[in-house]
Amino acid sequence: MPNLNDAKVILEAKKLEAWFGDFHAVKGITVDYREKTINAIIGPSGCGKSTYLRCLNRIHEEIEGARTAGEVLLEGKNIYDKKVDVVDVRRRIGMVFQKPNPFPSMSILDNVVIGLRLQGISKRSTLLETAEVCLRKAALWDEVKDKLNSLGTSLSGGQQQRLCIARALAVNPPVLLMDEPTSALDPIATAKIEELMNEIKKEYTVIIVTHNMQQAARISDFTSFFVYGNMIEHGLSADIFTNPKEKQTEDYISGRFG
Amino acid sequence: MNYRIYRKFKNFMFLVLTLVSALAVLIPLFMIIQFVLVQGASSLSLDFFTQLPKPVGEVGGGMKHAILGTIYIVLLGAAIAIPIGVTCGIYLSEFSKSKLSKTLKMTVDLMSGIPSIVIGIFAYLVVVVPLKSFSAFAGAIALSIIMLPIIIKTSEEILKLVPNHIREAGLALGLPRWKVILFIILKGSVSNLLTGMILAISRAAGETAPLLFTAFGNMYLSYNMNEPMASLPVQIYTYAISPYKDWQRQAWAGAFVLMVLILTMNLFARFILTKIKDKKGI
Repeated sequence: MPNLNDAKVILEAKKLEAWFGDFHAVKGITVDYREKTINAIIGPSGCGKSTYLRCLNRIHEEIEGARTAGEVLLEGKNIYDKKVDVVDVRRRIGMVFQKPNPFPSMSILDNVVIGLRLQGISKRSTLLETAEVCLRKAALWDEVKDKLNSLGTSLSGGQQQRLCIARALAVNPPVLLMDEPTSALDPIATAKIEELMNEIKKEYTVIIVTHNMQQAARISDFTSFFVYGNMIEHGLSADIFTNPKEKQTEDYISGRFG
Repeated sequence: MNYRIYRKFKNFMFLVLTLVSALAVLIPLFMIIQFVLVQGASSLSLDFFTQLPKPVGEVGGGMKHAILGTIYIVLLGAAIAIPIGVTCGIYLSEFSKSKLSKTLKMTVDLMSGIPSIVIGIFAYLVVVVPLKSFSAFAGAIALSIIMLPIIIKTSEEILKLVPNHIREAGLALGLPRWKVILFIILKGSVSNLLTGMILAISRAAGETAPLLFTAFGNMYLSYNMNEPMASLPVQIYTYAISPYKDWQRQAWAGAFVLMVLILTMNLFARFILTKIKDKKGI
């Protein structure tokens, strides 16, 4: 197995801070993410994991009263730079949300290709091809190939979430953020998503917030442990889960707090 | 024991009271429907739809010009009110943080409370007087002012029903905000938006007062929007207050047609809605 620590850094947070009004949710996070790895963020509820994740593609700023400071470097370039277009940032850093959210009144096919189509790609064969590739990556193709024109919302929760993953992959972002993508799903649907994450890791860098420590241990290469807006520890998941350096981390993963 | 009977009696009386109120609401409604149906349908004939009014004294004739006029004026009014109203609703729902939107919301609430006759006088002063002529256009303006607050309010509320995580999902795909609003939020709400529009149109189609000072009415067929144009409500009004039996009979027929017209519009819209809902795919 190649040394994961030698892989190229694709995304870096530098002293990243975030606020909701007066509430300081994320307090100076500095960390880097390697290309084609799965990075888990764990920690107790309300500790700023989701907020931190939402800063990485600048969706945090869509909330009224939200503020950020510090830098996030995507391939060396600060996405918070004034000259950077937020639309470009989000095209390159995709996101899957906690609740499956396929677009209403849109077919499965439309849901997958909407990102491309609204970027101006209208060639039907290209769209169909992308849809198939992305649905396959999301391990949904076999289940929906005969009903691509049914409504996206007609699928089950687990299928909807995989549809959302396919939708995010369709614009081909090198980095994919996942905010507790399986917390609303049953164990079987969760297993399917974990399986497909191992596949998409071959091409994409994944940063995933999860409440499920077993999940983090199973799927991730690196794990960060957050408490109250601070990052207590970051390292190879193998180390974090077997031999944590910090007492707090050890207490949390052994179930003594959180 | 006595107390228990008294308590049950009070309960019963309350039930009777609510029941009577409910019936009191239903009775006039049914009477209207029954009157219009009996009187109107019996006065109806094919001529009513195909003929223009005959001179006073002559029996027969119809309201073809008023039926077409109503459709024409209402559609023209809708064509003015719908784009402005929906866009305004988008502003209120999607960019509602500014001070302007608070003012706008209050204005819309006030607008929906303005008596329709006042709107008619307003359109008279603003359109009819400067152009020196009653016109279908002035009528359409008056009706569009009646439709506007309904369309704005329903659009705003319908768009606000779309959960925020749908907007975020769109933005997270790297789509500009306007595209998210137009092609995801609005597209997902088309059928609901149409319902709001139909509500506004059916409300406006039955208005008489704003048309009295604007479209004014006439006795012949006209498609010129710079000239007076007949409309069903005004025609009904004119015929109903006339002393001639035959005209009064036709007024009933007109009322019946107006009711059916509005009803059909609703049904037709619902039909389109289901079509849209069924339409899927690329």
